[in-house]
Amino acid sequence: MKRWQGLAGVLAAALLVSALPAPAVINDSAITEAALPRKLSEFGFFAGPGATDPAPALVAYSLRTPLFSDYAEKQRFVYVPQGARVAADAEGRLTFPVGSALIKTFGYGSGAAFRPIETRVLLRRASGWEALPYVWNADLSDADLKVAGTRLPVTVTRPDGKRSEISYAVPNKNQCKECHSSAGAVVPIGPIAANLDIAPARVAAFRKRIDWAAAPIAASGPIWNDASTGTLDQRARAYLMVNCAHCHNPTGSASNSGLFLNYGAAADRTATGLYKRPVAAGRGSGGREFAIAPGQPDQSIMIHRMGSTEPGVAMPEVGRSMVHEEGVALIREWISSLRSE
Amino acid sequence: MKRIFAGFASVLALTAAAPILAKDLAVAPGPGAQERLQEALILAQPGDVVMLGEGRFDLTDGLSLDVAGVTVKGAGPDKSVLSFKGQLAAGEGLLVTSDNVVLRDFAVEDSRGDAIKSKGADNIVYHNIRVEWTGGPKETNGAYGIYPVESENVLIDSVLVIGASDAGIYVGQSRNIIVRDSIARFNVAGIEIENSFNADVHDNVATKNTGGILVFDLPNLPQQGGHNVRVFDNVVVENDTPNFAPKGNIVASVPAGTGVMVMANRDIEIFDNVFDGNGSSNIMIIGYRQKFDDAKYQPMVRNVRISDNAHGKTGFAPQFAGGEMLAAAFGGSVPPIIWDGVGGVEARVYSSDDVPVLNLGMTKSDQPIETAQPALAKLAGDAAPTLPKIVMPDAMEAAIR
Repeated sequence: MKRWQGLAGVLAAALLVSALPAPAVINDSAITEAALPRKLSEFGFFAGPGATDPAPALVAYSLRTPLFSDYAEKQRFVYVPQGARVAADAEGRLTFPVGSALIKTFGYGSGAAFRPIETRVLLRRASGWEALPYVWNADLSDADLKVAGTRLPVTVTRPDGKRSEISYAVPNKNQCKECHSSAGAVVPIGPIAANLDIAPARVAAFRKRIDWAAAPIAASGPIWNDASTGTLDQRARAYLMVNCAHCHNPTGSASNSGLFLNYGAAADRTATGLYKRPVAAGRGSGGREFAIAPGQPDQSIMIHRMGSTEPGVAMPEVGRSMVHEEGVALIREWISSLRSE
Repeated sequence: MKRIFAGFASVLALTAAAPILAKDLAVAPGPGAQERLQEALILAQPGDVVMLGEGRFDLTDGLSLDVAGVTVKGAGPDKSVLSFKGQLAAGEGLLVTSDNVVLRDFAVEDSRGDAIKSKGADNIVYHNIRVEWTGGPKETNGAYGIYPVESENVLIDSVLVIGASDAGIYVGQSRNIIVRDSIARFNVAGIEIENSFNADVHDNVATKNTGGILVFDLPNLPQQGGHNVRVFDNVVVENDTPNFAPKGNIVASVPAGTGVMVMANRDIEIFDNVFDGNGSSNIMIIGYRQKFDDAKYQPMVRNVRISDNAHGKTGFAPQFAGGEMLAAAFGGSVPPIIWDGVGGVEARVYSSDDVPVLNLGMTKSDQPIETAQPALAKLAGDAAPTLPKIVMPDAMEAAIR
């Protein structure tokens, strides 16, 4: 339920200003044509200031286990052109038709206090997915394309109430691809049926647009910090899947590491990190011998790298300048629970 | 008439051959260098040259290039300097993920992780590049200086790498490789070829590293079974820097004073090199010594041919377990060539060099050194090199002529 508070805030904000703009109308050609739109407004995703008043055709969703991004709030929408269908493979990975878009706004503050920093769009063009970052201007009237990314000073209030001043990094276009890359092509990361919570009011209609290769998969994946949704092992693996496996899989940016944290590689014990020695870790090893030393989190390179903010040590390499203390605690608890040999 | 047309035709041919809209994108150092340079690297089109101006670029984040056929060219390795001293994020200084890229005439300094990495970037040329950690050899330096991985056709020519906490020049999981005319000093490993096929490492100078040139193969990786590597015409001298690699990494096990080390590879040729002043040994041929769980992995070395190398003073300060004992047993210094002996005659490890060889007499690659049965040995057999020369596609050689 908590995950929908942000959305409720957006809706409330939208109601407050509803007298002003007409509903946004999506510009399909901005999604499909080869140009790189300079302004986010060219897509017609939002009518209000900031990312408020989303076009009626946008469907809000959240992820049961999300990627950590410096405690940023994220508001996510999916757009599928009218009449087009989504395909789901046997594992529930969704394939979107040309003309689709995934729109993710990053910011801080919840509910009506949410202030957007940037909106990243993934556009499904005939040539494949295009990933573009847009940074909101000061009065939130529009967001500008920043292909080279940028840095912004931001004050972050963490879940424990502590405040941190960070240099928030908006990724450049290539960095978008570093994470969203499979065999050299850009792909979405989040939309896997089991991890995808569509907004309650839209879920039935959205699921009717999916052609399932096998039995439909419900949004039933583990929520990393909710013990009622899965065992410790399931929640830890879900966390690693979402936070690491976009690079750490056999066709991802970290393919050469041999450390594979995607569900599909789970059968190869060494590949999942158990007693796996580093290859190109350098000082990322922290003087430890194995990615995961079962039963010994303090001897595990994974904990060392998740717990660092130093470039060259910190993992993931981009998109994080803070330590996800609660995520590290989960993986620490999980490694402690693994039996050593 | 005919002649005029012929001339005209050749003009047309020339025009067609040149990239029609190729342009230079000049980027100068100064305020906003990060975003300006990154934007040029993103907006460049195939055939374009991103020209780095003279001076020092103070960068705050990793840079990356993902457009095929782009050249990044500076004013010289001491003139155009990409400094990552103030780097806040990213695992490397410059990352290249596209094919047919030429990197030349600039320097990368003080990257927090690796300096220049190219991954899945076929036909890549590194020429006249300097990579340096300016504080000297330190454990906190980045791991690799020049780091192509998972690539086919890698040409590294006339580069200088100083201070990498793993390997200065590291080629991993690649095929068809030349590393030549380059200098590696004050790195843990000067030059390392790992899990790779078909490489020529020649006319380089490896000095003041912990180990000069390494040819390794590791288990549990997508590409393994390293083979066909020629190490020749190199100067491998005074590699005497204490090992400063962070523990856990395989190079942390390389003894200071190692010239060339071959581990778990097959079909390796080492010839016409000059060795001197390497305190542990000039040439060490060993298997993979750690525990592993990988049915496809071959830990022992096979088919090595060593010939016509010049061996100066060596083995006088062995930095590996049992080294002092061995030196005492063999007249005060360890012989210049050491082989672990695994596989016996079946391993076909041959040397025609006119120096003593120490056979450790092991039967398994991971055997504890205390149970070895070292003895002087002759590695008799045809040690002459037979592997073919590595050749790059013409366009790659043309790019640096």
